[in-house]
Amino acid sequence: MNEMPNLEQASAMTSSKISAKMVQVFYGDNQAIKDVDIEIQPRSVTAFIGPSGCGKSTFLRTLNRMNDTIDICRVEGSIEIDGEDIYDAKVDPVQLRAKVGMVFQKPNPFPKSIYDNVAYGPRIHGMARNKSQLDDIVASSLQKAGLWEEVKNRLDEPGTGMSGGQQQRLCIARAIAVSPEVILMDEPCSALDPIATAKVEELIDELRENYTIVIVTHSMQQAARVSQRTAFFHLGILVEEGSTQDIFTNPKDKRTQDYITGRFG
Amino acid sequence: MTDTTLSPETSPAAAGEPVKSKSLYALDDLTRKRNASEKRFKLYGLGAVLIGVFFLVVLATAIISQGIPAFTRTIVEVEFTLTQEQYDAAEKELFKTKAYEQFFIGALQGQLEESGMSVPFDAAAIERIVGKTGGTIREYFKANPGALGAPAAFELAASSRVDGYSNGRVTRETLTDSRFLEKSDLDIVDALVEAGIIKTVFNWNFITGADSGVDNPGGAGIGASVIGSFFMMLVVLFLSLPIGVAASIYLEEFAPQNRFTDMIEVNISNLAAVPSIVFGILGLAVFIQFMHLPQSAPLVGGLVLTLMTLPTIIISTRASLKAVPPSIRDAALGVGASKMQSIFHHVLPLAMPGILTGTIIGLAQALGETAPLLLIGMVGFVARGYPDGFITGFIEPNSAMPAQIYTWAARADYAFYEKAWGGIIVLLVFLLTMNILAVILRRRFERRW
Repeated sequence: MNEMPNLEQASAMTSSKISAKMVQVFYGDNQAIKDVDIEIQPRSVTAFIGPSGCGKSTFLRTLNRMNDTIDICRVEGSIEIDGEDIYDAKVDPVQLRAKVGMVFQKPNPFPKSIYDNVAYGPRIHGMARNKSQLDDIVASSLQKAGLWEEVKNRLDEPGTGMSGGQQQRLCIARAIAVSPEVILMDEPCSALDPIATAKVEELIDELRENYTIVIVTHSMQQAARVSQRTAFFHLGILVEEGSTQDIFTNPKDKRTQDYITGRFG
Repeated sequence: MTDTTLSPETSPAAAGEPVKSKSLYALDDLTRKRNASEKRFKLYGLGAVLIGVFFLVVLATAIISQGIPAFTRTIVEVEFTLTQEQYDAAEKELFKTKAYEQFFIGALQGQLEESGMSVPFDAAAIERIVGKTGGTIREYFKANPGALGAPAAFELAASSRVDGYSNGRVTRETLTDSRFLEKSDLDIVDALVEAGIIKTVFNWNFITGADSGVDNPGGAGIGASVIGSFFMMLVVLFLSLPIGVAASIYLEEFAPQNRFTDMIEVNISNLAAVPSIVFGILGLAVFIQFMHLPQSAPLVGGLVLTLMTLPTIIISTRASLKAVPPSIRDAALGVGASKMQSIFHHVLPLAMPGILTGTIIGLAQALGETAPLLLIGMVGFVARGYPDGFITGFIEPNSAMPAQIYTWAARADYAFYEKAWGGIIVLLVFLLTMNILAVILRRRFERRW
């Protein structure tokens, strides 16, 4: 999955999808993220790795302003998506989140039918003018999430009744149903068994063709398997960022090396 | 490694000979003690439950055995024909009702002889048994002149002591001769019962009727106050549910965490503990004396009870909103729902069972509340113009079930005491219905996630 030709990578470098500069995140008086600069490439998978509490999830959530729901959280610096500052006063977080979808650590389908789970986003954004259009969106989202064959005959069954892996892929289908450009994934496989994990990873690799994906993971093997670029966070600082191959074979920073070889702490 | 420091070599017990490993079959002291205390605790719990069940059974038996007589009434059924001549003759008399009473007594005597009984009785005894009958009969024939000449059946309510005699409250031993009933009258009653003239029937009037005057316990019914309570509950439901839910959603989901909202939270919790009589006096001062809303009206009662119910609803609604997992909110926000959409589409439906349970518990509390109603005058209401006079809505004077029960319990005539128990049965039936409704709604709305 990682043998993306160097040429393509180089051309992708020219214009980044997300560009963060000097990002600081505070929880009350505690600084959780310090001076993070990162460029995230379009149509590729970027993995955030690092020990627990290093701020990788926090940084991920600043990318679609999910941190807004936390009263005491404060973000400084600039984060631009396609050259637009997402923390600008004119930006409505709701519109932003339609563009930057999110998949969470624990599969969290709505306690509704499989169909309604996927159709919810398109419905609230008025993306379908009639039932057949909505049906098409649901079907294609489930197809893209690789779930269609498994659920096409039971779309009206509750989404909560499926297995964990299926639930997580349903959540991915739900996220892509609103046609986002970026999909953020916060440890999407941490609650799944190896087989379900393999399926989700395969899916992530396929989704790369159309979406910019940022994934937080605790598993370094996973980062190595699915991502083209990897960023290593430690204690709220972005220690090192580069192509996944470089990070895992030839890290520049001592801390990165210690972490990926399991000698940390 | 820490294990080495705790190894057997250094522990004092192992200093001498090696410890013989104990058999698993033999209980050591500590285990035995632990098991005993566990057993004791289980017994305490079982005892507590049994005591609770015992009192519940005693209470239920007491209520039912005392209250059932309120649902029956003893009537004197007499059938006789009044001719036009008799009517004209009676209307010429100076004491007209007296004349009608004579007809009634004549008819009664005739019916008694027909069934082969012979008990001597006089007008005074009959008056003690069924009260003054002349008036009722005269009213009937004056209103229906067409009924003259044809046989008409009269169902007259027996006096409250006769009623008590037939349901066992009054016995020959406990009865003392008085102007209400004498011992000798009981012979007449026995004969009339045997002849099928005095009988016990279901008392519909108790369920549909209004309260009566203090001298007529037989005519008292709880119907008017049931309707009063019903109107009040409507007011409470339609005010406290939307206000309570809106307040809880705002406080739980939107309000910033600051000193002001903290203060509001503390005050809501405190409000739930304020004695109900305080709400009553508040209602009197604000709604009646200041806003000049009508006294004794279900609207005012409902407003006061709304104030009382609001904290209960707010507290339970907030608790059930809090119980909805945050992952559901994240999921909705993650696909670009606004905060309000995420609350109304996902959080609220999941919190619904809890909200409904809280609301119904609040309503049930309000339904049983007496003290505030005493202060706003929803008590001791005697219907005028019955049966059309009392179902008139939110601003006409009315009573409520618990206040009605209180009034009856406070009256001198023992028959009213019986009515109070009967009223409690009706009230409990209502509460039970509401609880069953709560359970059904809960089941319907409950979803797993």
